[in-house]
Amino acid sequence: MDMKVAKKKLGLKDKYKLMTRDLGWEPSYHSKDELYPYMNYEGIKIHDWDKWEDPFRLTMDAYWKYQAEKERKFYAIIDAHAQNNGHLNLTDARYLSALKIFLQAISPGEYAAHRGFARVGREFPGVGPQVACQMQAIDEIRHAQTQIHAMSNYNRYYNGFHAFADQRDRIWYTSVARSFFDDSMSAGPFEFMIAIGFSFEYVLTNLLFVPFMSGAAYNGDMATVTFGFSAQSDEARHMTLGLEVIKFILEQDPDNLPIVQNWIDKWFWRGFRVLGLVSTMMDYMLPKRVMSWREAWDIYGVENGGALFKDLARYGIKPPKGWDDAEKAIDHMSHQFMLGLYQWSFGTSFHSWIPSDADMDWLAGKYPDTFDKHYRPRWKHIKKLAAAGTPFKNYGLARLCQTCQLPSVFTEPDDPTLTCHRETVYKGEKYQFCSDGCQHIFENEPEKYIQAWLPMPQLFQDPIKGDLGEWMKWVSLLDGKDNGDYAGSEDQKNFEAWRGLATTNQ
Amino acid sequence: MSTVFIALQANEETRPIIEAIEIDNPQAIVHRQPAMVKIDAQGRLVIRRATIEEQLGRDFDLQEIHINLISLTGHVVEDDETLTLSWND
Amino acid sequence: MTVAAIKEYLAVPRDRVENFHGKQLVYVSWDHHLLFASPFLLCLPPETPFRELVNGPLGMLLQPDPDAAAIDWQHVEWLKSGQPWTPDFDASLAANGIGHKDQLRFRTPGLNSLMAA
Ligand SMILES: [Fe+2]
Ligand SMILES: [Fe+2]
Repeated sequence: MDMKVAKKKLGLKDKYKLMTRDLGWEPSYHSKDELYPYMNYEGIKIHDWDKWEDPFRLTMDAYWKYQAEKERKFYAIIDAHAQNNGHLNLTDARYLSALKIFLQAISPGEYAAHRGFARVGREFPGVGPQVACQMQAIDEIRHAQTQIHAMSNYNRYYNGFHAFADQRDRIWYTSVARSFFDDSMSAGPFEFMIAIGFSFEYVLTNLLFVPFMSGAAYNGDMATVTFGFSAQSDEARHMTLGLEVIKFILEQDPDNLPIVQNWIDKWFWRGFRVLGLVSTMMDYMLPKRVMSWREAWDIYGVENGGALFKDLARYGIKPPKGWDDAEKAIDHMSHQFMLGLYQWSFGTSFHSWIPSDADMDWLAGKYPDTFDKHYRPRWKHIKKLAAAGTPFKNYGLARLCQTCQLPSVFTEPDDPTLTCHRETVYKGEKYQFCSDGCQHIFENEPEKYIQAWLPMPQLFQDPIKGDLGEWMKWVSLLDGKDNGDYAGSEDQKNFEAWRGLATTNQ
Repeated sequence: MSTVFIALQANEETRPIIEAIEIDNPQAIVHRQPAMVKIDAQGRLVIRRATIEEQLGRDFDLQEIHINLISLTGHVVEDDETLTLSWND
Repeated sequence: MTVAAIKEYLAVPRDRVENFHGKQLVYVSWDHHLLFASPFLLCLPPETPFRELVNGPLGMLLQPDPDAAAIDWQHVEWLKSGQPWTPDFDASLAANGIGHKDQLRFRTPGLNSLMAA
């Protein structure tokens, strides 16, 4: 057919003006201060909301059109995955540990981000940020839903997926992410935007999603590649919003700079601790690895983060205070964290394992200055204990950091042989930390962090009172199924048996 | 000069877009990774609607790029004809 | 600094000693022995003699380390809140001044089987 395509009537700029800015109005029944009561208490000064620029100029009608297209693509692949036993295309069922951690710790964060953006979209007076936050709120609930939906296909066959919501609330290794989002959601609207919109979305999200999705692609997990890329396609818009927020705030008033810098310092360090989970996934949990945590950090942390902070220097912004300590930790953190996950694997709703000799050689190649020197001797000893029939389980539980809530597995920045010990006393109570970064965050807002719900101290309080069996029930962990070593697990047996059925005629 | 990048899903829809980016940004370096393509450029990267339309053989709205976008860095400037990424340094 | 808030912001600490049913938390860490990924968290009555902490829960937890059997407890160097400190093995935790959530560390110079060669 030879139809003439009607020429678009409105250019992008005009359309954006009409369909975004013109949706706002001046209130007449109430004052602006009554309508937007949370604009002043954080100390941020905004003089002109009209200066807000949305670089993508996406209007709501176009938003729905493109999001619908993304959903169609997503469900086409999810259906195909389910119809074709997609789970048997995995490189190995070990890979599923990374997915389980993602579902328990990260997907609930998507939902938290949804709630946060829905709230701040209401709290900001400017139409530009209102619309951008509304879109992001809808994006984030879509991310939570598509992730849960995609991974439900694995829940039909494998352990450890079934109680992610309980585990988000109650288990110990997810609380780093839970407390991260709770902290941001209980902050004011401007801090929330710097925390999630800028620090998380702009500085750290590439380190979380891009290697994770590539890892899924390398390991035959079509379902995750699909939800990942579907979610990630919204991410560029979120990142652009995050960068716009910080430029806007800094251009509005010079008094905003120290407040924003303080938030960047705080949220970089909090986010960096969340990424500890990702580091173990990249270095240890992917049967076929994409790149090491160190390599990902060099690309997305050093190169991109470096470019960003060089750019923001014109506003007086400095790289986050913890940046140098982070750099010093990069070659150690995945090993330190993974050794912890292994020795406490009786309390994890995923499997871990002792790396094979080939895996250790890979790690030694990626971490030439640290792995053989510090970490191979420990893994070799753990392997010896397992071979002797006395596998290493550390029932001592762990000292958790009052701020990031992770076990204190990290060492002194300049001495990788010594655990980092930091403590402070506030109103007669003692508090322990994993790092200078976490101690500073606490000391800036002690009344907030003394309320931290720390999973391991909690185990000795009501309703569990120190009973490990009761604790397992309480966190919905099925002992002997969900937890422990991958070797000998149901997941291992089932995957091997089903794959055998799929690839032979027996 | 700092590097900007754009990452797109690797699929039939993005193949002509990536070709257009290569034509318009001869200095760009294209990394083909599993399921994704990451394009790095020193300082600045320009994506032009007209070049994409030539490669694609149909009309193209630059906002369609959102469907297959994975990530990007730099300041974004977009109008009907171009999408530009850049750092101010 | 305090929390930025729209009205006075006062909170109750979550892990007060009253919540532990007559017990308290003590953290213990063996310097330079990182087979144990983190300092141990122990939950004990404050009346527990220090010797019992060492011979009981701590001694058991240390077993997987190849240096555990070689520890000479008479010559161990102790730190409490980062300061050199000498425990009285026969006195209780409380009498030793070990408070709720205190961090104890000990050092065994010369013992380092799993450290870099
Ligand atoms: Fe998201
Ligand atoms: Fe911490």
